[in-house]
Amino acid sequence: MFDSLSVKLDRAIKTLKGQGKISEINVASTIKEIRRALVEADVNYKVAKEVTDGIKEKALGRDVLIAVSPGQLLTKIVHEELTSLMGGSQADINITGDPAVILISGLQGSGKTTFTGKLANRLKKQGRQVLLVACDIYRPAAIDQLKVLGEQVGVEVYAEPENKNALQIAQNGIAQAKKTGKKIVIVDTAGRLAVDDQMMAEIEGLKKSLKPTETLFVVDSMTGQDAVNTAKTFNERLNFDGVVLTKLDGDTRGGAALSIRAVVDKPIKFISTGEKMDAIDLFHPDRMAQRILGMGDVVSLVEKA
Amino acid sequence: EKTKENFFSKLGKAVAGKSTVDIDVLDELEEVLVSSDVGIETTVKIIDRVEARVAKDKYLGTSELNVILREEIAGLLSENNTEDIEDFELPKDKKPYVILVVGVNGVGKTTTIGKLSHQFKQKGYKVILGAADTFRAAAVDQIKLWGERVGVPVVEHGMNTDPASVAFDAVKKGVDEQADLVIIDTAGRLHTKVNLMNELSKIKKVIQKFIPDAPHEVMLVLDGSTGQNAFIQAQEFTKATDVTSLAITKLDGTAKGGVVIGISDQFKIPVKYIGVGEKMEELQVFNKMAFVESFFTRN
Ligand SMILES: Nc1nc2c(ncn2[C@@H]2O[C@H](COP(=O)(O)OP(=O)(O)OP(=O)(O)O)[C@@H](O)[C@H]2O)c(=O)[nH]1
Ligand SMILES: Nc1nc2c(ncn2[C@@H]2O[C@H](COP(=O)(O)OP(=O)(O)OP(=O)(O)O)[C@@H](O)[C@H]2O)c(=O)[nH]1
Ligand SMILES: [Mg+2]
Ligand SMILES: [Mg+2]
Repeated sequence: MFDSLSVKLDRAIKTLKGQGKISEINVASTIKEIRRALVEADVNYKVAKEVTDGIKEKALGRDVLIAVSPGQLLTKIVHEELTSLMGGSQADINITGDPAVILISGLQGSGKTTFTGKLANRLKKQGRQVLLVACDIYRPAAIDQLKVLGEQVGVEVYAEPENKNALQIAQNGIAQAKKTGKKIVIVDTAGRLAVDDQMMAEIEGLKKSLKPTETLFVVDSMTGQDAVNTAKTFNERLNFDGVVLTKLDGDTRGGAALSIRAVVDKPIKFISTGEKMDAIDLFHPDRMAQRILGMGDVVSLVEKA
Repeated sequence: EKTKENFFSKLGKAVAGKSTVDIDVLDELEEVLVSSDVGIETTVKIIDRVEARVAKDKYLGTSELNVILREEIAGLLSENNTEDIEDFELPKDKKPYVILVVGVNGVGKTTTIGKLSHQFKQKGYKVILGAADTFRAAAVDQIKLWGERVGVPVVEHGMNTDPASVAFDAVKKGVDEQADLVIIDTAGRLHTKVNLMNELSKIKKVIQKFIPDAPHEVMLVLDGSTGQNAFIQAQEFTKATDVTSLAITKLDGTAKGGVVIGISDQFKIPVKYIGVGEKMEELQVFNKMAFVESFFTRN
């Protein structure tokens, strides 16, 4: 269903062949192909337009090397552009503080609770003392789920099953961490829609009162065009520090990564690649760019040329 | 509301007295559809159809074009067996009617099952649930809580047990107790994981040992905010389990679930239900026109 970009551009190359430079005329249809490929990879429609306009600027007037076809050269330019758009400074999470508080946010089912367990596991392996706090007081068995994960990774979970006030639970959890010498607190929260004002107010309240050192926005990498709306609203309300991209063990192109980066300009800090507690990784912009474009070795081919 | 005014006022200017559709209108339409996750291929198809209709019907006012647009989009849904169902109903000749619920991780399977049991219970049907997600942390607890909330029994063997044998027991209990409906929950799984997909086929076979024509329905749950990957989900789950119905969740958000149009265009799977919230009442039977309308009216 998804022709890879290189295949699509191969078609367009025919019209480019024999031209020494990339010009306005020979690039137009190719740019359109690139835009379509991005949209098919779930890059937001408007973002794809902006990105391809930028690519066109960069491509125009570039000399086409003898060894490389114009299509391949364009692919390389696109790859470079996407990589730099999603990259920038590779920011780590901030875990200074006593305790450092990490607030987890995102839509329903995006993978927050699972990621919370994974992050705890990772930090624990780095020798840190971590406490998990269960602030999802809505979803059936959300607390049990976090407890099971905590047990799996050997990290304590603070919960108050009878308390219906997420902020109170979080504050009590942090107090507990101080008492027991835990240096990092990770607060799991309920999934919520950006349009749910009451729920957005709840997490905004958590952010204001807890003053977390790190607020993360967890997003499903299979998300489509709506990723921009959600990311924008969450960022407006929370001014989050970074993004976590989940379920990348599937075959989604993950264009949402580019869309989100384009609308909120916050770094993607982690990726989730499975249900197991060690399926967590740092984000690599170049790999993500290749994934979005569906390219196998086009880039390395071009590098060699 | 804003989009609606924009789109339809532009439409008005662009079609007045013309027998072809203005390029601006088509661009605008393309944007509406693509931003609803309809996908390029299906969007192009819809635009072609609209153009063809306009050429045939010659003169067109704005209101006629409005109608054509909606009809052509809804048409793609109809061609693929999506009949608007009036209410939560079960066929009378299958008792118990068995539904196997499948889908990737976190789309809303368990919640949809909770909501479905509420609806059918309200209608006076006797419902039994099978907790065959024995894998995800606290999955059994979650469906048990739903069972309590709605007031329907849940068959479970605890965590890390064989899902197929849970399914078997749930169906058996359904037969023994003359239930009307048995719904089997399964663990979320990405369609790329071959072992997990094979496990679904196994669950199906085990159910068939007991009731040869069951499961009568294999429901694929899709998250309404999923992009083009939903196509592949439909394709791969169909390969593994012969999906017979779709439920689209989380349509209470800003995502529009347009992938369904494309999926309908390529697979013969009717959309039956939409999820519009986390509460037990927040499930609706699917209505084509209302769904299509939402592309133009919401956000
Ligand atoms: N394959 C895969 N599954 C994942 C990944 N991350 C989470 N999941 C699964 O996705 C589903 C939802 O994950 P949760 O962690 O419960 O998501 P959540 O955001 O906490 O959900 P709510 O609390 O209901 O909003 C579960 O089945 C997880 O096992 C991942 O990276 N890959
Ligand atoms: N807003 C909204 N949330 C929903 C809807 N349906 C499900 N959810 C939420 O989405 C999250 C995931 O739902 P589940 O029912 O656990 O999803 P699942 O497919 O069973 O997940 P796994 O079993 O982990 O694969 C939960 O937080 C649900 O409350 C819906 O229609 N609207
Ligand atoms: Mg959770
Ligand atoms: Mg479930």
